[in-house]
Amino acid sequence: MKKTVSLLLIVLGLTTALYGCKGGKKNSELNSNAGPQYGGSIVVGVQNDIDSLDPHLATSAGTKEILFNIYEGLVKSDENGNLIPAVASDYKVSSDGKVYTFTLRDGIKFHNGNAVTVEDVKYSLERCCGLLDGVVLNSSLKTIESVKIVDQKTVEVTLKSANSEMICYFTSAIIPKDVDTAKTPVGTGPFKFESYSPQEKVVLVKNDNYWISELPYLDTVTFRIVSNSDSAVMFLKSGGIDMFSYLTDDQVLELQDSHQILTGMSDTVQALFINNAVEPYNDVRVRQAISYAIDTKAIVEYVSGGKGTAIGAPMTPALERYYADYSNAYSLDVAKAKSLLAEAGYPNGFTMKLTYPTNYQFHIDTATIIADQLKAANITVELVPVEWATWLSDVYTGRQYETTVCAVTANLAPSYLVARFESTSSKNFVNYNSATFDAAFKLANNTTDDNVKIEQYKKIQQIISEDAASTFIQVAPLNVALSKNYAGYKFYPIYVQDMSTVYKVN
Amino acid sequence: MKYFAKKCVALIITLFLISVATFLLFQVVPGDPVLLIVGTEDVSPERVEQIREQFGLNDGLVTRYFNFVKGIFSGDLGTSYVYRSPVAELIKDKLLVTLMLALISVIIIVLVAFPLGIMWARVTNKYIEAACNVFTQISMSIPSFFIGILVIYIFSIILNVFVAGRYVSYDEDLLGFISYLIFPAIAISLPKIAMVARFLRNAMLDEMNKDYVRTAYSKGCSKNRVMYLHVLRNALIPVLTFMGVIVAEAVAGSIVVEQVFGVPGIGRLLISSISNRDYPVVQILILYMAAAVIIIYFILDVVYRIVDPRIRRNQ
Amino acid sequence: MKRKNAYLISGGIIIAAFLILIIVSIFYTPYDPVQNSYGERLLAPSAKHLMGTDKFGRDVFSRVMMGLKTTALVGTLVVFIGGGIGTVIGALTGYFGGIVDEIIMKINDAINGFPSVLLALVFISVFGMGRANVIAALSVVFIPSFARIVRSEYIKLRERDYVKSARLMGASHIRIIFAHIFPNIIPTLIGAFTVGFNNAVLAESGLSYLGLGVVPPDASLGMMLSEYQSRLSSAPWCVLFPGIVIVLLILGFSLFAEGIRKEYNV
Repeated sequence: MKKTVSLLLIVLGLTTALYGCKGGKKNSELNSNAGPQYGGSIVVGVQNDIDSLDPHLATSAGTKEILFNIYEGLVKSDENGNLIPAVASDYKVSSDGKVYTFTLRDGIKFHNGNAVTVEDVKYSLERCCGLLDGVVLNSSLKTIESVKIVDQKTVEVTLKSANSEMICYFTSAIIPKDVDTAKTPVGTGPFKFESYSPQEKVVLVKNDNYWISELPYLDTVTFRIVSNSDSAVMFLKSGGIDMFSYLTDDQVLELQDSHQILTGMSDTVQALFINNAVEPYNDVRVRQAISYAIDTKAIVEYVSGGKGTAIGAPMTPALERYYADYSNAYSLDVAKAKSLLAEAGYPNGFTMKLTYPTNYQFHIDTATIIADQLKAANITVELVPVEWATWLSDVYTGRQYETTVCAVTANLAPSYLVARFESTSSKNFVNYNSATFDAAFKLANNTTDDNVKIEQYKKIQQIISEDAASTFIQVAPLNVALSKNYAGYKFYPIYVQDMSTVYKVN
Repeated sequence: MKYFAKKCVALIITLFLISVATFLLFQVVPGDPVLLIVGTEDVSPERVEQIREQFGLNDGLVTRYFNFVKGIFSGDLGTSYVYRSPVAELIKDKLLVTLMLALISVIIIVLVAFPLGIMWARVTNKYIEAACNVFTQISMSIPSFFIGILVIYIFSIILNVFVAGRYVSYDEDLLGFISYLIFPAIAISLPKIAMVARFLRNAMLDEMNKDYVRTAYSKGCSKNRVMYLHVLRNALIPVLTFMGVIVAEAVAGSIVVEQVFGVPGIGRLLISSISNRDYPVVQILILYMAAAVIIIYFILDVVYRIVDPRIRRNQ
Repeated sequence: MKRKNAYLISGGIIIAAFLILIIVSIFYTPYDPVQNSYGERLLAPSAKHLMGTDKFGRDVFSRVMMGLKTTALVGTLVVFIGGGIGTVIGALTGYFGGIVDEIIMKINDAINGFPSVLLALVFISVFGMGRANVIAALSVVFIPSFARIVRSEYIKLRERDYVKSARLMGASHIRIIFAHIFPNIIPTLIGAFTVGFNNAVLAESGLSYLGLGVVPPDASLGMMLSEYQSRLSSAPWCVLFPGIVIVLLILGFSLFAEGIRKEYNV
């Protein structure tokens, strides 16, 4: 019994830990005094075309942020990162943490009018975890051993091993068993799929039977695909689109008079990732020297207009309970950097290759500044811009690089961000290898004691910071430009665009 | 007749070479397409293998080329890695948009450049001539994307004549579709107007110095009659060939301008497919464009021989 | 006669002015064009910063000088590499003719008809970005147009009497091609080179807009223009100055080309 309580505490802790972005909410509430109105439409600019309408096959973040409006899981995240029941109205976790029992929401229907059945739930979960045809579509759900229909309202999911963060992954979409969602997307979300033209737009219309009866407000939401963020700025100004996210700070300057600029905390952790396996970066002193020579606060100031949050380890402050502040561990100290380099055998510095993907202005600007800052410590930076495709294959998968500026996304589970530093992880593209880290991470992941968990995650951050596994820069701000005719936009601690609460003001 | 047969054989050989070239070119591109499909997300190896199998990436080079060619003849142009839908379906819509954009551009070019060129050839006023010169020189000096941006700035943001970014598809609203395309078409045609007007004017000036013009005048023909019936007609022959280049350039110009105006045509599809390493789409698009260019030249060649009797006789 | 020279003179003056600016920029720029100066971000033009500063506090005038250098380098190298190879191909095929000529010209026509930005795009997507690759791509793309022009000149000139008499006097083919005929096509070639230069500059800026042109820390005028394209109202100086310089540069060369055309009637 004690175990169940503590497990529930962890789940609860996890979910309440993720508060959203206070600043942003305040901003968007400014306009809400007019009161939500129903009706109207909005055009939202998005930078990437979607890769699949099937929620289980879609992999890019840009697609998931759109599909969030169409599909829902058994549970879903609210704007504070709390997991709220969605397709399920309630769930229970067994005392050993291995059996999850979900109760289906009364009267919940798919967009095609059919009621959601326990068979649909079973089908959706089994399809994701590979029980259907052996192909795992969502590796986070791999630990599912079986999905059992108890009665017409109840589904029981049994795990192979207990995992204290498992509930976060039951956000995976529930889809009807008998419909090919890649062709006819049918979900339970606030908006229904209307049409999709590649390279052009995705049109969603209001779901009148949404289980939260007061939502959504808008009748139509059009996600218009723009080719780059500069075009988006022009289109915002001309009125071609009403909303656009992920603006750089100087794009904000161009728009601040004509639009509402909402700023929140994104879920992306930006860093100068360092390949720990190659010379001279396999020497901890060299990595530390780089960290001392980079003024992360200046980057936050100049690239993010001071709106980012400087960090020193791979954890976002949004995960309040697990976050430890190491942002001052390597405050700018060029003398120290030089002496560390001399100690490591590089008294005259060296040339560092910095690879960055060219599709994100944010990273290009950061790389430019880092190159400038490292000059002071006699490190000459050779900038190597690569296309996103090349970055993925050479840097991320091939691990053929020295250093790179990019960002990794967070998730509701605290393990998501740090897991990539485990020596055996397939995502460990920095080639970090630390036995103490591995031990601490294992403990954190398997424990059911919340205090141990918190303690271990804080220790993990300390280890990574001391080893200077990479130079962690900031949690990037999320700048959203919204036409003055709309209000109600909410920031989420995950990468989504929730249009259900947005409404027209005049 | 023999001439046409020879031309046709050459056409087929060229098309074959281009198909091999485009196919091989994209085999040496760095970057694994599967990685692009999955991004930085954590996807199981089984799923990666499934994707590889699905797109036939595990086959050998020759098999893949063979499948590629076979597909073209059977109408199966392959499946896009990114959209997971048949390439043929994907291209069909976009092709119409780009062709329409190119058509409107060419119409604008002809409507403006021909009168301008004729006027320019006839004008004797030094200042008007200088003005024509300055206008054409400058409009040929601005990068096309920047003309597009200026067009958006002037017509959309300042004058509010249209809403940049609010493109409507032809099947929703044909009139809205065409009136939206007019603005990118202006951006595409502006430098080409200058080129064509200049070319026509020079061709006419060349003709005007020829003996037959003097003969016509001495026979008492009016200036207009000489100009339009003799000079223009003869000057149009080289312009016609030049228009082939202009049409090809208008299609090329749309690659950049479509990005600026958010027009979902071939250009945007091509650029995004190139950066997404969506080879099946890129290969087909390149092949289509190359084929289109070659066929345009082929047709022009034929037309040229019909229009100009001198060439016909010489052969 | 007087009017013909107006083009040459005005074009020449603009080109000379740019040449001086380029030479100066090799040794001196008012500020370091890549030095960030965060306290002076996005300043409007003033006596201190003639063309203002950009988002990193870099002096726009210094950057325009630097960008001009890169742009001119790209244009010049493309013209000399592409033009050089094209000239040799055109001269040999035009002079000798025959089946080889026909095959090369078939390939040539196929490439020539193909939009240059598109070809360069394919090239760059295969071989990667960067200044060297942009130059290589555009050079390859421009070979056919030069070959075509030179070839037609050689076809025209190879039957001339002076060529025939040189042949009778026992001059080698190579000697005839380069010593006898070549000097006569120089005016045509200069015209083609100036037009080629302009096309290279425009193509490079188009590639920069598509994010496939030169890459930082290099900066070309086209890249600067595309970098600040949407800042026309909040920082117009970042857009307008590179824009004006690029237009003037191309204008100078096309006036010059026009002047040559009139002067030599080619």
